[in-house]
Amino acid sequence: MSEPSTAPESAAPVHAEPIVNRLSIQVATVNGSGSQTANNTLLRAIFQMGIPVSGKNLFPSNIAGLPTWFTIRANADGYTARRKEVDVLICMNAQTAKQDVADVPAGATVIHEEGLKLSDLRDDVDFYPVPFQKMVRDVCPVVALRRLVVNMLYVGVVAELIGIEIEEIDNALTKAFSTKPKALDLNLAAVRAGLTWAQENITGRPRFRVERMDKTTGKVLVEGNKATAIGCLFAGVTLAAWYPITPSSSVTESLIDLAAKYRIDPETGKQNIAIVQAEDELAAIGMVIGAAWAGARSMTATSGPGISLMSEFIGLSYYAEVPAVIVNVQRTGPSTGLPTRTMQGDTLFCAYNSHGDTRHPCLYPANIKEAYEFAQVAFDAAERFQTTVFLMSDLDLGMNLWMADPFEYPQKELDRGKVLDEKGLAEAVDWGRYKDVDGDGIPYRSLPGTPGGKGAFFTRGSGHDEYAQYTESGDAYAANVDRIQRKIQGSADVLPQPIVDGTGNAVGLIAFGTSDDAIGEARDQLRVEDGIETDYLRIRAFPFPDSIRDFVEAHERVYVVEQNRDGQMRMMIGMEMPDLAPQLTSIKHYTGMPLDARTVSEAVVSLEKKGS
Amino acid sequence: MGAAPKTNHIGLSVQEYKGGVSTLCKGCGHDVITNTIISAFYEMGVEPHMVAKLSGIGCSSKTPAYFLNQAWGFNSVHGRMPAVATGAALANRKLVNIGISGDGDTASIGMGQFVHLMRRNVPLIYIVENNGVYGLTKGQFSATADEGAKLKNGTVNDLPAIDLCTMAIELGCGFVARSFSADRKQLLQILKAAIAFGGTCMLDVMSPCVTFNNHEGSTKSYDWGRDHEGPIHEVGFVPGWDTPNVDFNDDRVAVPMPGGGSVWVKPLENTNHDPRDKAAALKLLASDHQNDDEFFTGLMYVNPERESLQDDMDMPADPLWNLPIDKLRPSRDKMDEIVESLR
Ligand SMILES: Cc1ncc(C[n+]2csc(CCOP(=O)(O)OP(=O)(O)O)c2C)c(N)n1
Ligand code: SF4
Ligand SMILES: [Mg+2]
Repeated sequence: MSEPSTAPESAAPVHAEPIVNRLSIQVATVNGSGSQTANNTLLRAIFQMGIPVSGKNLFPSNIAGLPTWFTIRANADGYTARRKEVDVLICMNAQTAKQDVADVPAGATVIHEEGLKLSDLRDDVDFYPVPFQKMVRDVCPVVALRRLVVNMLYVGVVAELIGIEIEEIDNALTKAFSTKPKALDLNLAAVRAGLTWAQENITGRPRFRVERMDKTTGKVLVEGNKATAIGCLFAGVTLAAWYPITPSSSVTESLIDLAAKYRIDPETGKQNIAIVQAEDELAAIGMVIGAAWAGARSMTATSGPGISLMSEFIGLSYYAEVPAVIVNVQRTGPSTGLPTRTMQGDTLFCAYNSHGDTRHPCLYPANIKEAYEFAQVAFDAAERFQTTVFLMSDLDLGMNLWMADPFEYPQKELDRGKVLDEKGLAEAVDWGRYKDVDGDGIPYRSLPGTPGGKGAFFTRGSGHDEYAQYTESGDAYAANVDRIQRKIQGSADVLPQPIVDGTGNAVGLIAFGTSDDAIGEARDQLRVEDGIETDYLRIRAFPFPDSIRDFVEAHERVYVVEQNRDGQMRMMIGMEMPDLAPQLTSIKHYTGMPLDARTVSEAVVSLEKKGS
Repeated sequence: MGAAPKTNHIGLSVQEYKGGVSTLCKGCGHDVITNTIISAFYEMGVEPHMVAKLSGIGCSSKTPAYFLNQAWGFNSVHGRMPAVATGAALANRKLVNIGISGDGDTASIGMGQFVHLMRRNVPLIYIVENNGVYGLTKGQFSATADEGAKLKNGTVNDLPAIDLCTMAIELGCGFVARSFSADRKQLLQILKAAIAFGGTCMLDVMSPCVTFNNHEGSTKSYDWGRDHEGPIHEVGFVPGWDTPNVDFNDDRVAVPMPGGGSVWVKPLENTNHDPRDKAAALKLLASDHQNDDEFFTGLMYVNPERESLQDDMDMPADPLWNLPIDKLRPSRDKMDEIVESLR
C-alpha cells in the first residue's frame, strides 16, 4: 500500500446536496494505454446498478500515443445522448490536461495524477490529486504492465468517490478477464488499491453520486456493429466479403466470431457461410454481387471510402437487378476525413450512388434494436427488390456501447423474393428476366444451375430488353429504367415507416439515425425550459413514403436535424418533393462528435426567435 | 430426313452448346476462341445449365453471349470479373465457371483482381483473349503489347510487356497455358483439360484484333503469330469416361485431372517441356521474352495438388441458396446464449 497522500487538496470540498444519477464522466487518456477495459468496467458497473448509461469513445486515428477521451453518461431519466458538459473529469494525459481542465464547467470534479499539479488552474472546480504513479509501483511489480494497471487505480478511486458498488466492478472485471485469471487478480488488486486509497484520503461528500435503481433490468449493453452482425446471422446471411476499414470492421469481425460458433453444420462440419477478406472494396462488392447472382444472401460492411470504390458495381446491381446488402458504418468524410469520428455524411451519396439515374433503398437505424432488426429488413428488401440496399449506420451507433432491450427472436421467415425454380420456369408463360408480370415492377429471376433448360439468361450492365437480350433501343431502355424506378419506389411501402411523435404543434422536427437520442432530450429541454412544444418525425428509410409529406404539410415550420454540413436529408426531401423544400430549415451538426441535445434545442430556440 | 444428329456422351448435340450470333469484326481472333469453347464443352459433355460464363468489359468480354446459350451469363464491369466469379463459385460450388477477359481487362484495370484470383484457386477457367490492344476503345496499346510493337498510326510501345503466364505461375495458379487462336487443335485440348482441372486455369490466348492490330509491325497479328508460334510440346487430353486410367507406353507425360481424365504432353522433334516442373516453366517463359523469334505455346505448368478455395474454406457441397432456414438461423436457445453474453 502506498503512503497516504499529504496533499492539502485531498481534503475534498463538501457539498450539501449531491447530484444523484445525473452525471457524465470523462476519462482523458492516451491511445493505446489500455484504458478501454477500465472505462468499460466503470460503464458496465453503473449499468448493473440499474442506472441508464451510455459510453462514447472519442478516439484518434492512431494505434498508440495520441490523446483519447471516453465519456460515460449516467442518467436516471434515460437520457443517454452525448452531453457536452463533463461533471467528473479523470485526467490521465499530461498532454491535454490543462485544456481538459479548462473545458469543464464550474462545479466539476477533477481527478488527476498528483504529479500533473493542476489544482492551481481553477478555483471553481473540485480537484482530487491522486498519486497514481506512486501507487502503481506498489500494486504492480512488473514494470511493463504498469501502464495498463494504472487505469484500474482510477476505477477504484472513482468508484469510491461517486459510489459505484465495488461488487459490480468486480463482476464487470470478472467478465472482461474470464479467460485470463492472472490478469483478473492483478486488476482486482489495483481497483482495491485505488478504492482503499480514496477511502483513506478523501473526506467529505463529493458533489456527484450514483445510487442503485432498477432501470436497466433485463437490458443488454452492446455496440451497434455487433448488433448488426447478430442481425445478419439471424437474417440468414450466407456470404460476407469485406475489406477492413474503421468504423465498420467490427461488423464482419463479430460475424466471423458468431459464424465460428453458430454456422458450423452439426452434421457435416462444414461452414454454412462464406466470409472472405477481399483485396479491396471493389472485389468485396464484386464477390457480393456474384454470390447473390448465384443465390447467396450476401453482404459487405464498409465505410465512405469503400462506398466510393464500390460505386460502379452498385450501379450494376441497380441496373442488372442483382441483390446486395451494404452496411455503411459512416465516418467523417470527405476523403479520409476524420476516420474515427462520426457523421451522417453519406446520406445523399448512398441514396443516389453510381453514374446514371439510380436510387437505392436506404435504412437508417437509430438504436441497437434497429441495428439488429434492419439487418433482416435489408436482406429481405435486397432480394425482394433485386437491388442494393444500404444499412446506414454510423460510428456512434456502430462502435459505442449502447443500452438496449434483448434482441427479439425473428418472427418472419426469410423473404427470398421472386425466384423461379425448375417447376416455376416450366409453368411460366413466355418468361422474360426483366418482364413486369405482377405490375409492381419486380421481375422474376432464376438462379444459375437450375435444370430444365428454361431459366438461362444473360446478366449485363449494358442495355437490355425484357428478355435480357442486348439492345441499344432507346424505347426499350426508357421502358426498363421506368419500370426499375417504379419497383424501387414501391419499396417505400414495405420498408420501415417513419415514427411520428406528437401532433398539432406548429413546429415539427425531422431527424434520422443516431440523432434520435439527442432529439428526445432536446424536445424535453424545449418544452420545459423554453415552452416550445414540438412534434417529431423520424425517417427510417428511403425512398420516402407519403407520410413525410403529410407531416411537413401539417406543420408551419419544419426543422430537419442532421449530422452533416450540407443538410443532405433536407436536400433529399426537397428533391423528392420539391414543393415542400421552402418549408424546411436545416439544423446541422458536423464536428465529428455524436450529436448532443443542447445543440438541437439551442438551434431551435434561436431559429424560432428569428422566425417569429 | 437426315440421320439423327451426332451427340456427346450425355446425349446433347453441338447445337445445344452454341450461343448468339457474334457481333465482333469478321475474322476477329476472339470468335475462334468462342468456337473452340463450344467444341470443348460439347466434347466434354458438360451440362450447359451448370455453366456460369462470366466476363469483364471489352470485345473479348462480349463473347460469353456467343457460346452456351443455355448457360447463365454475367457480363460484369471492366476488370472485375474475378471477384464476381469468386462470389458465384462460393455461392454454388457445383457450377462450372468460365471467365473471359481481355488483355486490357486483365493486365491493366483488372490486374489487382487477377493477382488475387490466382492466389485463391477459385475453380474457374480464366481466358485472356490477348490481342495487345484495347479493341473496344479502338486500338490503344495494352500492357501485354511487346516492347517495340507498332500501332497502325506508327506509335511505338516503349514499355515492357507483362507476362501473364509468369505471373500466374508465381502467384500459385495450378494450370497455366499459352495458346494461339489460330492453333485451334492445341487450344481445344488445353480447354478440355481445363474443364477437368477443377481449380483456377489461366489460359493466355493470343487472339489477333483484325481491325486494330493485325498489321506489319504488330507482334499480335495472325501473320506474326503463324510465323513465330513455337509449341513447346504436343498437348492432348484423354477424358475420364473413355480411359479412367491412362498408362501410355511412350514418351508422353500424363497428369491426371481431379475432375477425371488426364492431360498429356509429348515431346516434339527439338523441344520438350515437362509442365510439372515449375522452375523449368518459369525459365522457359523468361527465355521467351529475350527471344523475338518465337512465342512459346503449350501447357506451361500444371499442378493439381492444390486445394480449391471452397475446400480451403470448408464450404458445403450444396449451393448456399439451398440451405434450409434451420441451418442458417440459430435456435432460440442460441439467441439466449448470445444475449446473456451481452449482460
Ligand atoms: C471503368 C471503365 N473504364 C473504361 C472503360 C472503357 N473500356 C471498355 S473496353 C476497354 C478495353 C478493353 O480491352 P481488352 O480487355 O483488351 O478487350 P478487347 O476489346 O481488346 O478484346 C476499355 C478501356 C470501361 N468500360 N470501364
Ligand atoms: S475491334 Fe478487334 S478485338 Fe474488337 S471485335 Fe474487332 S477485331 Fe475483334
Ligand atoms: Mg485486348
